[in-house]
Amino acid sequence: MGKILQKPTGFYDKFVRKPGTYDQVTHYCPGCGHGRIHKLIAEAMQNLEIGDQTVFISPVGCSVFAYYYFDCGNIQSAHGRAPAVGTGVARSNPHAITISYQGDGDLGAIGTSEIIHAANRGERMTIIFVNNGIYGMTGGQMAPTTLPGQITSTTPYGRDAATTGLPMKMCEIISQLDAPVYVERTAVTDAKGIMKTKRAITKALKSQKEGYGFSFVEILSACPIGWKMSANDSIKRIEEEMIPYFPLKTFKDEIADRTPRPVVPVAPSQEDVLKALGHDQKEEILFKNDKKFIDDFTTQKVRIAGFGGQGVLMAGTTLGMLGMELGLDVTWLPSYGPEMRGGTANCHVVLSNKEVGSPVVESPNVLIAMNEPSLVEFEPSVTPGGLVIVNSSVVVGKCKRSDVTVLEIPMTEIADSCGLKAAANMASISAYLAFSKVIEKDQLVTLIKAKFKKKSLIEQNVAVIEAAYKYVSDHVRG
Amino acid sequence: MTNDDKDIPRVEIIPEECKGCELCVTQCPKDCLYMSDKINQFGYNVACYTGESCTGCGICFYACPEPGTIKVFKK
Repeated sequence: MGKILQKPTGFYDKFVRKPGTYDQVTHYCPGCGHGRIHKLIAEAMQNLEIGDQTVFISPVGCSVFAYYYFDCGNIQSAHGRAPAVGTGVARSNPHAITISYQGDGDLGAIGTSEIIHAANRGERMTIIFVNNGIYGMTGGQMAPTTLPGQITSTTPYGRDAATTGLPMKMCEIISQLDAPVYVERTAVTDAKGIMKTKRAITKALKSQKEGYGFSFVEILSACPIGWKMSANDSIKRIEEEMIPYFPLKTFKDEIADRTPRPVVPVAPSQEDVLKALGHDQKEEILFKNDKKFIDDFTTQKVRIAGFGGQGVLMAGTTLGMLGMELGLDVTWLPSYGPEMRGGTANCHVVLSNKEVGSPVVESPNVLIAMNEPSLVEFEPSVTPGGLVIVNSSVVVGKCKRSDVTVLEIPMTEIADSCGLKAAANMASISAYLAFSKVIEKDQLVTLIKAKFKKKSLIEQNVAVIEAAYKYVSDHVRG
Repeated sequence: MTNDDKDIPRVEIIPEECKGCELCVTQCPKDCLYMSDKINQFGYNVACYTGESCTGCGICFYACPEPGTIKVFKK
């Protein structure tokens, strides 16, 4: 007895979908093109002996359940994102055979961006693009591949090219890019069409097995239920209506002219990343772990606001870094316009001895207002009993609240007197710490000396800290 | 036909898996498949082999959307 044509080993022996379903059949409707294409893929996996290294990515669409059928690695991706997921698979598993199986709504509409860019990068994966001209699973709505005049549930008068454009020819688009190595369109119609499709799928997977990059096989496929016709009529429809618009041919075959795509390293090493970020020096531990300090710490919710360029955000990061070095939980959240200078900017800083639930500070217990609009805008949000620190060098108006403590500090003048007008932000947090005493002055100075990026300005910043502390002790505490 | 006729090409269709789409019947070049009156567990009329003139070409195997419903024994 010769060869037996039977269920390929690329399929599981049993399809364990849900209790009570018959475990030998698919969920596809009678006459569905998906089943025929699945069989060709499973057979190619068997013949190429790649089942153990294949990762099959199911899309959203009728083939969403493909992972119940193929005996290989399986991932089901978000709608249209299969090529992006496939990129991750291919990059992190350089020896995997990646198959992204997608319908026309998934690939041509929702995931247009993903497919174009995966193709343009030449990712090592094979796309099986099943084109039936509609959104089949959801009830036969118009897809980008719906033919002109075709009646669907969303085009009851037929697709009108004037308002919805003409069908997108994905093979033609993909083959215009340089990176793809193999692009072909076939149709699962009669025996001849099915055999051509089988050859195309096998060729694409074989090229990937040999290390070549992106291959794309578009298959015109029937959806008898969605097209509201018999299975036999649906095959005729592909031949008579679809193929004239979507010509069957090899759009690109450069397998013979290319070299296998080099395997790129999955990711740079941790050392390389730290070096690139300038953190390759061993971090100095600035402060000893002080359990009592942490236990006794009262959560500080700080809002610092002013003009862009006043160093508002940096005042926040300095506070945050200081808290972090002292072992507190901290968050810092900036909020600013697109301008680098001159716009308004503010930041939310939370320092706590517990995990911080939200970095958003709606009601600060400390407001640092570096300019007039900030005081006006944020003054009402300060919690009763809170602290409002105003840059009196700039702000003319007064804080109108009587249930908060107000400190008026001429921050810009203090900074100017130390020869660094731009350090008003340092004066602001110094005044805050000097008054609230939540963190020691020496600790702030230690942090600035260790972490300040512009080393030439450390001395002046330390002078500003000293001057601000002195101002608070002379004018507020004195 | 019996199982002893191993040299004769033939087709086996598992009736309980057939969804009655008729693609195998239409695409068989020898017209040796037909839709029977028999109704299976899903409520579909099932495709059947007449029992003669199969050449083992395999077209019905690829025409069928189900993975293992049709089995073709080649010569």
